[in-house]
Amino acid sequence: MRLLPCGESAILVELDSTGERDALHDWLHSARPAAVASYVPAHRTVLVAVATPALVPSVADWLRARVLSDPPSRASEPSSELVVEVAYDGADLAEVAEHLGITAGEVVRRHTEQLWRVEFVGFKPGFGYLIGDTGGLHVPRRESPRSRIPRGAVALAGDYSGIYPSPSPGGWQLIGHTEQVLFDPDATPAAQLTAGTTVRFVEAVARG
Amino acid sequence: MAELEVLAVGSQALVEDLGRPGLAHLGVPASGAADRASLAQGNRLLGNPAGAAGVEVLLGRFACRADSPLLVTLTGAPVSATVDGEPAPFGIPFVVRRGQRLALATPRHGMRTYLCVRGGLGGTRHFGSVAADPTSGLGTPPLAPGDRLPIGAASGEPTAGVAVAGVDTARDPVEVRATWGPREDRLTDRSVGQLAEAFWTVSPQVDRVGIRLDGVALSLRNDEQLRSEGVVRGAVQVPPSGLPVIFLADHPTTGGYPVVAVVADRDTDRLAQMRPGDRLRLRPHRVSWAAD
Repeated sequence: MRLLPCGESAILVELDSTGERDALHDWLHSARPAAVASYVPAHRTVLVAVATPALVPSVADWLRARVLSDPPSRASEPSSELVVEVAYDGADLAEVAEHLGITAGEVVRRHTEQLWRVEFVGFKPGFGYLIGDTGGLHVPRRESPRSRIPRGAVALAGDYSGIYPSPSPGGWQLIGHTEQVLFDPDATPAAQLTAGTTVRFVEAVARG
Repeated sequence: MAELEVLAVGSQALVEDLGRPGLAHLGVPASGAADRASLAQGNRLLGNPAGAAGVEVLLGRFACRADSPLLVTLTGAPVSATVDGEPAPFGIPFVVRRGQRLALATPRHGMRTYLCVRGGLGGTRHFGSVAADPTSGLGTPPLAPGDRLPIGAASGEPTAGVAVAGVDTARDPVEVRATWGPREDRLTDRSVGQLAEAFWTVSPQVDRVGIRLDGVALSLRNDEQLRSEGVVRGAVQVPPSGLPVIFLADHPTTGGYPVVAVVADRDTDRLAQMRPGDRLRLRPHRVSWAAD
């Protein structure tokens, strides 16, 4: 673990494994010290924002002393599983299949047969970076990003799959779309995807 | 309920308060006024809570009409204004009577003027804040002529006899305080020196997400890609072009380019008032707790 300064009142915690990342995230989720104003988990880091600059050294001490030596018992509540119905009609599906040397049907099979988990949320409100448990769908980002991707587009880039929660520019490869609303600021909770949520994709039955 | 009717919006006019901090783990940017200090100043003069919403007017040319008497202030980028053609003061409260038209000219310097109203403005509320974040589609949509904004009930007492000055970006270059890290080790030794010594010019690419600087292109040690990680307001990010981008109010919660320094939080308010062509120097220092 390394603690890196990130301005006057934040610490970027760099962790050696995703297990350590999960342990720190669990700590912050279940027993966040009052001095911690917010936190952003990512692939191997957690950004910890501190309420005031004067409290940064004590939060740094807390991180060094407690987090790794004394991991919290994982939250007893099982992480929720979200089923997302997808029509696999994305503009890049054929290209993704060709890049992987498999058929479009095999892309759909790999996407629907594995269990995905939200590693972290970023880029846009409610945009979850999903990691699959068996892989096999590693594709590069598009060389030129699209200026507008519609809400609900289901996409791949690197190891990740993601679902665009609102229209935006983006460079991921589009393989399908869902009608499900995954982020609605007027709903409670607003975000369906938070770090740790597991997701299963199912192929939408074509409606006549 | 009293209302403010928008008549003209100039380049952009947004309802802003102090935003929605603490939701970065959901990908929700903090947003809020780009220059929080100037918004808070206006609210203080009116006796409003510091976080009451006002209008953030980009480069002036905003006009509105009141349907009942209002006590208002203008703070931030100094601007000439009129009430039914008569000059209105800057930095002290004044009254706009029912049916009168308040109109702003173009500010002499600075980018954003704040119009605060005693009682504060209402708008579309998301996560407890009406702040407009057009990039994320949250809060009150950008204002358009014909919009009517509700005005809240007045609470505290206005301040009498005190005038506040507008933002001063006339100094050249503006000195901007910063701290090194988290990823300054990604810069070559030469570029560590360049970041701290160079004169940077604000490029035409400026908005509420961030400002891009023109100047010497910085070099990164290797092009090994960083995985996306959490970023803060004031983050100085170095993309492959080597020309830094400094994040402001509506910055995304994560970023994939190395953040080599972070501008002091208070100084990000001043950055939001700098115009393309204005010059600045970054003054990064080491954070004491990280020294050991």
